[in-house]
Amino acid sequence: MRQDHLISATQLSREDIEAVLDRAAEIDGDMDAWQGRHAGSVLGLCFFEPSTRTRMSFDTAMKRLGGRTIDMGSVESSSVKKGETLADTMRVVEGYADALVLRHPLEGSAKMATEFVDVPLVNAGDGAGQHPTQTLLDLYTMRENAGLDDVTIGIMGDLKYGRTVHSLAAALTNFDVRQHFISPESLSLPRSVRYDLHEEGAQVREHTSLEEVLPDLDVLYVTRIQRERFPDENEYLKVAGEYQIDTDDLERAKESLTVMHPLPRVDEIAPEVDETSHAKYFEQAHNGVPVRMALLDMLLENATSEDGQ
Amino acid sequence: MSDADRELRVSKIRNGTVIDHLEAGQALNVLALLGIDGSGGEGVSVGMNVPSDKLAKKDIVKVEDRELSQSEVDVLSVISPEATINIIRDYEVVEKKRIERPESVDDVLACPNRNCITNADEPVQTRFIVLEDGLRCGYCGEIVREDEVATHLNVS
Ligand SMILES: [Zn+2]
Repeated sequence: MRQDHLISATQLSREDIEAVLDRAAEIDGDMDAWQGRHAGSVLGLCFFEPSTRTRMSFDTAMKRLGGRTIDMGSVESSSVKKGETLADTMRVVEGYADALVLRHPLEGSAKMATEFVDVPLVNAGDGAGQHPTQTLLDLYTMRENAGLDDVTIGIMGDLKYGRTVHSLAAALTNFDVRQHFISPESLSLPRSVRYDLHEEGAQVREHTSLEEVLPDLDVLYVTRIQRERFPDENEYLKVAGEYQIDTDDLERAKESLTVMHPLPRVDEIAPEVDETSHAKYFEQAHNGVPVRMALLDMLLENATSEDGQ
Repeated sequence: MSDADRELRVSKIRNGTVIDHLEAGQALNVLALLGIDGSGGEGVSVGMNVPSDKLAKKDIVKVEDRELSQSEVDVLSVISPEATINIIRDYEVVEKKRIERPESVDDVLACPNRNCITNADEPVQTRFIVLEDGLRCGYCGEIVREDEVATHLNVS
């Protein structure tokens, strides 16, 4: 990967993605061998929005590379509360770290931040925008379980605000993957994501019900539909119920179907599904560590070689 | 209607800019796009639905004591690509500017996405990449179609 920052999955080529996944696989095979790799390096974790898994996953990844992490703490206690701009915060934190991870509630925040820092910056979620490292671990999980070529995927749930969906859909255009999008009409793909898909020549197949496509799917990627997206509770309950799966539903699916979810789930996937061979979402979450190790390793490597020139 | 009548409606200016051959209906959008609302005290005359040879009907805008820059002119291409711009000094046309479709439009439009970082209190200007049939926010990726551009002008 020859990128300085990772802001959006749209910037990734097939070669970029495969390079990260290959290195992740190498790391996964013998994690301890990478322990001394970035001793002395510091990763700055800038989370302007609550996050448990993504933050811990980056933290672990950096420590398993032998590096350390610094954390700005909760937004409530930080200078952000005192009205400091994101631009200023990033300029200050840049001086403390060799690379930065940013999670922020506004779209375009990571892109803007790159204009103020020189160290590698990774977008760990910008509002309803992008979440490219989630996508890399999603692709890693897909590759391990279903492959990335001649595959049919159904992406279901909140496609409008779901940043993991936006990143994944964009990245999948690099591969021979047929994408089906399943959501209530009010939560279908936003115009900007459609635009990118069309630009890449990808076909956008949309459905309001899982029923008609489920038997064709090799992968089902489920995302959460949030209550806040609906004006009233009844409307939410009515709609959300249509996009939940249990073992009865899965009887009509291929035996080899891989079910994924970026987590946390609420009730989109019934707990009984966890016990089936379809369930790969916990494995998917665990893959976040080797994949983020691979990505950090490559970004830090790039940054060091640039310094030496 | 005689030529004299037409002259009366949109009179000559001494110094400033004449934006001619605008698509009919775009005059007010042009003023908004340029951030001209009369509050600066500049003389502004607007002709709407004026008969034209080139277009069936056109709009025309004359702004006194202000010479548009190339970047301001380029922005007009997004809403009225056929427009012509003449810079006037002492009643004479001293420069004809050609509109070119810019690669990006900076600091002119507000992003329609309320959740975009450019709408937060950050030290950053808006930047829109010019597409074939619209514009795209260089930060959040939001797309504004050509016919929607006028409603997202960065005017307060
Ligand atoms: Zn925007």
